[in-house]
Amino acid sequence: MDLNRLTIHEAHELLSKREISSVELTKAVLHRIEEVEEKVRAYLTVDEDRAIEMSKKVDEEGDFSSPLSGIPVAIKDNICTRDLKTTCASRILANFVPPYDATVSERLKAKKAVIIGKTNMDEFAMGSSTENSAFFATRNPWDVDRVPGGSSGGSAAAVAADECIYALGSDTGGSIRQPASYCGVVGLKPTYGRVSRYGLVAYASSLDQIGPLTKDVTDCALVLNAIAGWDERDSTSANLPVPDFTKSLVEDVKGMKMGLPKEYLGEGVEPEVKEAILSAARVFEKLGASVEEISLPHTEYALWAYYIIAPAEASSNLARYDGIRYGVRAKDYEDLLDLYKKTRSEGFGREVKRRIMLGTYALSSGYYDAYYLKAMKVRTLVKADFDRAFEKYDLIIAPTAPTPAFKLGEKTGDPLKMYMSDVCTIPVNMAGLPAISIPCGFSGGLPIGLQIIGKPFDEATVLRAAYTFERATDFNSRKPAL
Amino acid sequence: MEFETVIGLEVHVELLTKSKVFCSCSTEFGGEVNTHCCPVCLGMPGVLPVLNKKAVEYAIKAALALNCEIPEFSKFDRKNYFYPDLPKAYQISQYDLPLGRNGYIEIEVGGKTKRIGINRIHLEEDAGKLVHEEGKPYSLVDLNRTGVPLIEIVSEPDIRTPEEAWLYLNKLKTILQYIEVSDCKMEEGSLRCDTNISIRPKGSDKFGTKVELKNLGSFRAVRRSLEYEEKRQREVLASGGVVVQETRRWDEARGITIPLRSKEEAHDYRYFPDPDLVPVVIDREWVERVKAELPELPDARKKRYMEEYGLPNYDAGVITASKALADFFEKCVSAYHDPKTVSNWVMSEMLGILNETGKEVEDIPFTPEQFVKMLKMIDDGTISGKIAKEVFRDMFDTGKDPEAIVKEKGLTQISDEGELEKIARKVIEANPKSVEDYKKGKEKALGFLVGQVMKETRGKANPQLVNKILKELLS
Amino acid sequence: MKINIETVEHVANLARLYLSEEEKAEMANTLSSILDYMDKLNELDTTDVPPTAHIIPLKNVFREDVVKESLPREEVLKNAPEKERGFFKVPRIIED
Repeated sequence: MDLNRLTIHEAHELLSKREISSVELTKAVLHRIEEVEEKVRAYLTVDEDRAIEMSKKVDEEGDFSSPLSGIPVAIKDNICTRDLKTTCASRILANFVPPYDATVSERLKAKKAVIIGKTNMDEFAMGSSTENSAFFATRNPWDVDRVPGGSSGGSAAAVAADECIYALGSDTGGSIRQPASYCGVVGLKPTYGRVSRYGLVAYASSLDQIGPLTKDVTDCALVLNAIAGWDERDSTSANLPVPDFTKSLVEDVKGMKMGLPKEYLGEGVEPEVKEAILSAARVFEKLGASVEEISLPHTEYALWAYYIIAPAEASSNLARYDGIRYGVRAKDYEDLLDLYKKTRSEGFGREVKRRIMLGTYALSSGYYDAYYLKAMKVRTLVKADFDRAFEKYDLIIAPTAPTPAFKLGEKTGDPLKMYMSDVCTIPVNMAGLPAISIPCGFSGGLPIGLQIIGKPFDEATVLRAAYTFERATDFNSRKPAL
Repeated sequence: MEFETVIGLEVHVELLTKSKVFCSCSTEFGGEVNTHCCPVCLGMPGVLPVLNKKAVEYAIKAALALNCEIPEFSKFDRKNYFYPDLPKAYQISQYDLPLGRNGYIEIEVGGKTKRIGINRIHLEEDAGKLVHEEGKPYSLVDLNRTGVPLIEIVSEPDIRTPEEAWLYLNKLKTILQYIEVSDCKMEEGSLRCDTNISIRPKGSDKFGTKVELKNLGSFRAVRRSLEYEEKRQREVLASGGVVVQETRRWDEARGITIPLRSKEEAHDYRYFPDPDLVPVVIDREWVERVKAELPELPDARKKRYMEEYGLPNYDAGVITASKALADFFEKCVSAYHDPKTVSNWVMSEMLGILNETGKEVEDIPFTPEQFVKMLKMIDDGTISGKIAKEVFRDMFDTGKDPEAIVKEKGLTQISDEGELEKIARKVIEANPKSVEDYKKGKEKALGFLVGQVMKETRGKANPQLVNKILKELLS
Repeated sequence: MKINIETVEHVANLARLYLSEEEKAEMANTLSSILDYMDKLNELDTTDVPPTAHIIPLKNVFREDVVKESLPREEVLKNAPEKERGFFKVPRIIED
């Protein structure tokens, strides 16, 4: 049995019955990494020794009451892990070892998770293909000439290639859902405020959210249970009760009302993707839900407002990387100004610089009202679109991305084209809503993702629909042939 | 042409919270370098601020004490600039929606009350400290102070003279100390002041070119630098020149202002709302609660001292200028019948000795009760007023009870008529010349003889009694 | 909106970045075309639309004024490229 192929719930069952040990499971994952990592390149750091040590400890203690206990997890490299290098795939943080855990890392550790390593990503989560990593590009396990999506490409690829049991990613404009879609796995972006951002290296603070990438919907619910909930260290985390999301794992969408926004199926969406989404809609209808076409008129504006808000916040969030308290400092410099400029110019990649420039410009004197303020107002309109839709519908379904995974290098020369690939996911971040991407079809052997968007803090309904769909179809059972 | 000076003040005050404004590190002054730091105040990747409620309350308290309106909706913004003492490369501050607006302070100039407007008060975080050692090619950064809560108090351009600026600062400090939100120690940096000054033709409603002054280490420096700058700008204008808009540094040793190296880059702070902090909504109930907690403020207290205790304007002003002194005074008055006597002692002896020794009211080693005991010993004739001054000094030096001092040193007043008569006779015998003078009508001679009796008794004789006895003996 | 090289240089300075000539030209182009798209936003009349700075309506999130342990100094300085006697070290700043 290839233990590394197990889901969380499968592994948990075997661990609970003592049919396997955490050490065996961890070693199987490490072995798989050794086997395929050369092709996939999902990890920036594999923390082999400590992973083995942790799994031994869990085995010795023998307490598998937590569903995550003893199970290997891969964490995106923008989520701080105490005493474990956290680089954000950037040269400027190439040597950064945080003296603290992100709240989610702490929560996983409390559940006795085994942290196997840190996954590759677009530098500072800025990108949609993981090609913007300062170190190397991650490959899509379904076709290694293609990108895994981004920015959580390493996490999605690691899950798809069974190089971990599950992973954490972060999603600012689609960075969990789009790679989940490209890699044929399940990826959930929770409601903004559902999961603490403390220790998540900020890209765009008003949009960032951490979430799980898993092999199925059940695992997704289990991980969300572990990481969700109010955190006193994050002022923007919601102090709301967290339901037990495994209670949502029921096959029932009868009477559910779903909206299918026409703007998400328009120009630029590949016919195969459109077809997959429409047939997913038919599946839901067959299961007793109703699906109607709706309109979210500000969808396209959401994209452009996002490309003001996110870079503006990023320009400020990334100003702290100055080579003084941590990170890599440039070698030769004449004075303080030179130190700042050399450190930052050598430390940041081109896309990061591009967004810092864009954001700095948008906030600079004389332009604030025209760009940033305008974008915040457009955000209000985007949110209002969804509010209106949710008065009538329980869920919104849409493609996660307009196309399946594209080829490496295909869009690197054209940032705008790259930005457009996030058009289906960005509005959801702008409105702060929960959304999941689950496999719903294939096009030329590449997975297609269905996005299910819910009301604020209603991950439960999203999970219920996703679970029902997953059980009714078999897209989830296919594995890439590596 | 007649000119008019226009001065504006920006005062930064550190709040007396125990922990920093956005993290739980201590605000204590003078810790070992970089020991009051955590990932949050170090601006490490991924960390987030959480607002200290006490800091908000202190800021509201200050705003109310300075007669500000408290807007219901307030938020925090990021002020972006790079500097090694600012770990995140932005300062969390308040831009367009501060906690307090449109307040004022009243000062007394030339016997008249003048109102100086306060444009705004906002809450923000302090920066760290840079150390530049002589001759070293590097600077050093200590981030202990980073994140200590600060309020910035911005005056309206209502100040017209350096003296008014000085009075404004003193009043501001007094008020903030009264409400116990800051210790306002300029030497520890818990109160800092930047000023701006411009000159315009009298009657003009436009402002002249503004010069900003920095490096003001004391209230005296604020005043002197403004005096210097006022004179300099007036001379420039009088000789037909123009004032250059610039920032100048006060050189305390030389008593002049010097232009700072002009920065090639104009500031562009790129303010925007901090997405990591949610708005502060201050409902009226909260405002009323803080208002109810405000103590009696210096102006009200002064007025009461004049009305209730009959103190002169000046004395009431001096005593109420220090909360500690006024508290001391008031405790005495509650145990003693004559406020005026207490005030006289406080104004002369107490302030005198504090001034002489450079000590603070807080350092006084005896209690108001002990002080009142001493006053009562004068009243009941145990000690003379003169001896009392000696006892007072002793109390100040040793903190001992006045009774103990009097007893130890044998300072009890001699009021025994028999004994005093004996001494008086001796004095009369020894000073025939004075006796003669007195008999010829020279009243002054009697004073001399009284003095001699006092001398004989080392000041312990009851002077009224000595007077009476001498008069009887010589009549 | 056309962004010229001077603007790129000004913004790069604000952001403390050096850009090569080639990068400057590329930035000017990319920023210009991105900002052209941004102009689409002006199709929307947002005069009476309030801005959204926070997507979930939270207010008054506070912590109590309680001191907790700070980081040990070795941890504070552990990642610092240059340090001396417990301080972070930077090139000499000519004060004022």
